[in-house]
Amino acid sequence: MWDYLKLVVLGLLALGAAIAANYARDLAYQVNAVTVMLAAGITFLVVLRGMDEVKTVNRNEYMDGVVRAGVIATAFWGIVGFLVGVVIASQLAWPWLNFEALQGMGNFGRLRPLHTSAVIFAFGGNALIMSSFYIVQRTSAVRLWGGNLGWFVFWGWQLVIVLAATGYVLGGTQSKEYAEPVWYVDILITVVWVAFLAVFAGTLMKRKEPHIYVANWFLLAMIITIAMLHLVNNMAIPVSFFGSQSVQVTSGVQDAMIQWWYGHNAVGFFLTAGFLGMMYYFVPKQAERPVYSYKLSIIHFWALIFLYIWAGPHHLHYTALPDWASTLGMVFSVILWMPSWGGMINGLMTLSGAWDKLRTDPVIRMMVVSIGFYGMSTFEGPMMSIKAVNSLSHYTDWTIGHVHSGALGWNGMITFGALYFLTPRLWNRDGLYSLKLVSWHFWLATIGIVLYASAMWVSGIMEGLMWREVDANGYLVNAFADTVAAKYPMNVVRMLGGLLFLSGAVIMCYNLWMTVRAQPAKVTSHAAVPAE
Amino acid sequence: MCAKKVTQKPGDVPTTGHVWDGIEELDNPMPRWWVWVFYATIVWGIGYSIAYPAWPLISGATPGLLGASTRADVVAEIKRFDDANASIKQALVDADITTVSANPDLMSFAQNAGAAVFRTNCTTCHGSGANGIEGKGYPSLLDDDWLWGGDIENIHATITHGIRNTTHPDARWSQMPAFGADQILERPQIAEVVEYVLQMSGQDHDATLAAAGEAVYLDNCAACHMEDGSGDITQGAPNLADAIWLYGGSRDAVTYSVVNARFGVMPGWNDKLTEDEIRAVALYVHSRGGGQ
Repeated sequence: MWDYLKLVVLGLLALGAAIAANYARDLAYQVNAVTVMLAAGITFLVVLRGMDEVKTVNRNEYMDGVVRAGVIATAFWGIVGFLVGVVIASQLAWPWLNFEALQGMGNFGRLRPLHTSAVIFAFGGNALIMSSFYIVQRTSAVRLWGGNLGWFVFWGWQLVIVLAATGYVLGGTQSKEYAEPVWYVDILITVVWVAFLAVFAGTLMKRKEPHIYVANWFLLAMIITIAMLHLVNNMAIPVSFFGSQSVQVTSGVQDAMIQWWYGHNAVGFFLTAGFLGMMYYFVPKQAERPVYSYKLSIIHFWALIFLYIWAGPHHLHYTALPDWASTLGMVFSVILWMPSWGGMINGLMTLSGAWDKLRTDPVIRMMVVSIGFYGMSTFEGPMMSIKAVNSLSHYTDWTIGHVHSGALGWNGMITFGALYFLTPRLWNRDGLYSLKLVSWHFWLATIGIVLYASAMWVSGIMEGLMWREVDANGYLVNAFADTVAAKYPMNVVRMLGGLLFLSGAVIMCYNLWMTVRAQPAKVTSHAAVPAE
Repeated sequence: MCAKKVTQKPGDVPTTGHVWDGIEELDNPMPRWWVWVFYATIVWGIGYSIAYPAWPLISGATPGLLGASTRADVVAEIKRFDDANASIKQALVDADITTVSANPDLMSFAQNAGAAVFRTNCTTCHGSGANGIEGKGYPSLLDDDWLWGGDIENIHATITHGIRNTTHPDARWSQMPAFGADQILERPQIAEVVEYVLQMSGQDHDATLAAAGEAVYLDNCAACHMEDGSGDITQGAPNLADAIWLYGGSRDAVTYSVVNARFGVMPGWNDKLTEDEIRAVALYVHSRGGGQ
């Protein structure tokens, strides 16, 4: 019965998408409609072929298939995102790489949102979804709620990624930073995200543990807040049902404020709260030590959640935004400093009594460096939100450096740590294929980040100083083009840093692949069973 | 529980007693320094938001005890420079532009101001060195090959009104016909006239075709570009007999120009720049080496 309903829905979806493709008013919409048609068609066939199969699901086992798929997707999209990053960094250093033949598809302007979305939402999003599913099952001691709804979340998210990415390249964009997906992709994101919330909250509600573990607080806060941010920032009226373009409901400074309320909390809840959730599970597990302080985790959780949501206006200092909003954004950002550091303290101090593992376990080393970069960028952030500092740093490469020390250092490294932790466990292998390769990955990634961040500090501060320099009569001393020319060496170093980071990730993929392929199965382990 | 529990030694901090998948939590107090720095930032935040505009009310917001305003700061800073420069700017506007170069004080100010105006507004097309982009339609301002005249008054007029824009009624205007696209000339005639133009500019050419092209040239091109190809600055018709090409001088590029014509546009600047700024940048450009 349930399967017949699925077939009807999928069939209608494929048909509707075919009709939409036929009436499409622009190429991005047409390609997206064809993609949806194919996706619905393939799913239709899969459901149809599985109709007669007797489904045997052991409800006493954890649902790890979807987590395994998530591990693969995370690694794959990571490589894609880093690679596009290296490409656009090269385009900045050597503009002739914006080939004439690729104008309108492969130039920097089109590829840049592809890079940011691939890294944040494809790599980061898959990392969050798969580790949420893993963590919530383990710490609730029950199987994932909702049957195959978890698989819907996984495949729905991959579809979102593909639709958004092909759309960007063909010109389908809302032109809102980190919220570029067009209106129908936004609707799909909403559906998938609500399913994600249902799976996560459903699993929490049927948990066998009396309390909810701290990692789950952060993950749940991430899911709920992202849903709210996404809905408000993407309020738009489509120009046509058969086109990708839409008009924002708000305009001018209100739109800018909503955009950066969203943008900053995409950083705050997606990249900070969500990844703190990962940190709170994987660090104590890998270190085999208790979490340092329960009290600290409560206080810094609530302080972080309360304060982050007000900090957005610091993205709009010295603009049309009124002074009062600017002040509040700055004040809340500075107060946010310690609540952010609470996570760093809890993560690092969890290792007390296990510091010797830094010498022997490169995965722990990766996690520690990740927490270090987290601490550094959550200090740098409040500092850059101070108006006087911001007047120098805003619009410069310093911002880009700040974002990357957070994204590469904190989000990247903690995700790598999680992937190294999960792969042997999910495929039931006796440890990783090679710890030596993990060490190589660690050093390549760390040196890459250091090169990247320091190049951007130098470049950003130089840019800021050059832009503001006026002569005795009050005239600007430098042309914009002069600052672009002066940035050339730093742009090259940034590209090299990215290249090192990418090569580390490629080594990781090889290592994980070989772990699954070549490592012997773990003998003592019985299949994962929910506790008690 | 698969993972092993941590064995507590005597004197260790107690745990909270919760266990999830083998993870326990110690009941450590929050670090004192953390708590105090957190309090300090809150106290500072309250103080700062009293001192500066901060809390939204029904209409407007609290102005702050210091009366700070970023908009007022910018206005004051701009006014300071405007006041300091007011007299010399007025002198520049009042002066006869052809004789400014004889006045060292005025000329020195115009050079600095003009360079700044140029960097901010002109470099995007003409390059930060004012040498244009060869073959792309952005003329070099350093040579003495001027499309609309290179004396100071002509440069001043070009900057003020722009070229072929639709926003300024006094913009400089001329339009070459698209000889191929509009089927004014036959394909062989275009091939001939292109060879003639190549011959005129001293490049490799097919002499037979060029000979045939002379008649085509005289009938169709000479009215603007002159019989000897020297061009006409009153119509913005480029010199075809020299080695300087706005859109490239190769056979392909010249053919493209004859077939499709070119239509370079420059905005007029008198709605964005003040008269003293236009004069300053005109004097700056004039002094770059090509001024006549």
